[in-house]
Amino acid sequence: MVLLTERDRIRQSLSELVERYGNTRSSLLPILQDIQRQHYHISEYAMQVVADLLGIHPVEVFAVVSFYSFLDFKPRGRFVIRVCRTMCCHMQGKDRVARQLETDLGIKFGETTPDGRFTLEYANCIGMCDLGPALLVNDRVYTEVTPNEVHHIIEECRKVFGAHAVQSQEVGL
Amino acid sequence: MIKSFVDKKLTFRDMDPDVSLKAAADMSSAEIIETVSASSLRGRGGAGFPTGAKWKFCSRAEGDQKYVVCNADEGEPGTFKDRVILTRFPHLVFAGMSIAARAVGATRGLLYLRGEYTYLREGLMAALQKRRDDGLLGDEIMGVDGFEFDIEIRMGSGAYVCGEETALIESLEGHRGEPRNRPPFTADTGMNAMPSVVNNVETFAWAAAIMEKGPEWFRVVGTDQSTGFKLFSVSGDIDRPGVYELPLGITVQELLAAVGGENAKAAVIGGASGRVVSQAEFNRKVCYEDVPTGGAVIVFGPGRDMLDVAENFLEFMCEESCGQCTPCRLGNTKLLECVRMLQEGTCSAAYLREIVELGESIHLASKCGLGQSSGNIFLSIVENFREEIMGRALGAVEPATLRS
Ligand SMILES: Cc1cc2nc3c(=O)[nH]c(=O)nc-3n(C[C@H](O)[C@H](O)[C@H](O)COP(=O)(O)O)c2cc1C
Ligand code: SF4
Ligand code: FES
Repeated sequence: MVLLTERDRIRQSLSELVERYGNTRSSLLPILQDIQRQHYHISEYAMQVVADLLGIHPVEVFAVVSFYSFLDFKPRGRFVIRVCRTMCCHMQGKDRVARQLETDLGIKFGETTPDGRFTLEYANCIGMCDLGPALLVNDRVYTEVTPNEVHHIIEECRKVFGAHAVQSQEVGL
Repeated sequence: MIKSFVDKKLTFRDMDPDVSLKAAADMSSAEIIETVSASSLRGRGGAGFPTGAKWKFCSRAEGDQKYVVCNADEGEPGTFKDRVILTRFPHLVFAGMSIAARAVGATRGLLYLRGEYTYLREGLMAALQKRRDDGLLGDEIMGVDGFEFDIEIRMGSGAYVCGEETALIESLEGHRGEPRNRPPFTADTGMNAMPSVVNNVETFAWAAAIMEKGPEWFRVVGTDQSTGFKLFSVSGDIDRPGVYELPLGITVQELLAAVGGENAKAAVIGGASGRVVSQAEFNRKVCYEDVPTGGAVIVFGPGRDMLDVAENFLEFMCEESCGQCTPCRLGNTKLLECVRMLQEGTCSAAYLREIVELGESIHLASKCGLGQSSGNIFLSIVENFREEIMGRALGAVEPATLRS
């Protein structure tokens, strides 16, 4: 039996990603997006390994991660809640939804709960302007959110830590 | 299913993407370009560049590997029509991309979908797979020898500026989404420095419709310079927010009547990079030659505070500027600071004049469309709503009672 260290494991899983997307510069973003999805952030070590595998300088990877608001250096929560703060949602009452989220989660925007479960962020227009206030929980979108509904949204996420997520109000194809 | 209100049966619903693609498969590259040019279709993403001309440049450009890129970054505040198109008519969009590919000789297609729309990805992938199974993507499409094309979906990661076509290509290549200097244009030096067509989601859908119905059908609607229907995303203080298909050249007044926004005091047309149209200008036409738009219309009722509007849009610009150009990076924070001074009533008329000049400089000295249009909303509010924004005292604003 071979014992793998945590670093070996990361290196192995990143090699697999590079294999899947191809060893070219244009694979960088898809690779980073997958790392973010799996690990809720992109660590310094992961950036170095990716740079190594793609044959580019680590600073290049760092520059890309720092540019995109959906990629993070710091660990984010299991659920990232992004409240749209742009004009249409602003007019439809996003401030009260935001306030209730802060209160219910006990954190401010930009912060992550100490248990690592929730991160609260603002997003710019998420394309739901006719159905605001809108927010994203990871990839899922919630529309016409009221301050009172915030509680249910959080509870729905919490269920994942127990058994299965109940899908409600999910928007998709 | 997305609950967005759609005002009537959209023209796209009557279209048969297979018929469009067949028509293109039976034509030569030059004939396709001729047809699209004859329709006078202009880009639906905002800038309004003639689509036929773009395809022609790209078809003439030399390159071993050409690309067709669909811009599904839809980040313009107030815009959501591409989301509706991608949800309801993905095959029409893919047919449009395939038609463009045949026109310019591209074999690879990329659809750049904004990260915020990740929930659309699965459905789009399924639609692509179906097309492969049906022989509508891959080698010998529709049995035509040499007609080879496939489409890949790439995700954005939360950066508005990546909707700008050169930034989008930078992002596709695995770089920061920083706009490039132009020229060279993407039509000859795009993805991987190869000739690339970049068009908006809606543009591809209309191109497909035109292949089915013919250019004359399209030209009947709209104005001389802005032909056809356009999808509008309308939100704000109106009775029926949603997606509307309206002819280009419609007046703001008519548009407001259609959406139940007759008592509006102003509307932002064209999103954050658009401008504010005040009541006095409601007779203006929405089209490329008058008030242009990628389709975003945000309506403000009589009670809205226009400084609040200016503040929100400038915050957006400060947040989304890529930071390459000093005027855009720093200038917009200055404009925002000025809005806050106006809110507190501490902005002198002389300082306001200086800031307006700064706004004009940002327009001139910025590299891409973001910076070039970043001050427009602020400037048009200063121009049209001076009585409302001057002489305020902190916390004592009752905008509804102000004369505007
Ligand atoms: C800051 C900025 C953001 C843009 N965002 C988008 C977008 O989200 N979708 C889009 O189709 N075009 C967007 N554009 C316009 C594109 O640069 C480009 O003109 C367009 O994709 C061309 O397609 P069209 O001719 O079919 O409109 C943006 C431009 C700028 C300057
Ligand atoms: S104008 Fe602004 S967004 Fe555009 S390239 Fe310059 S800094 Fe970046
Ligand atoms: S402004 Fe919030 S979704 Fe567009």
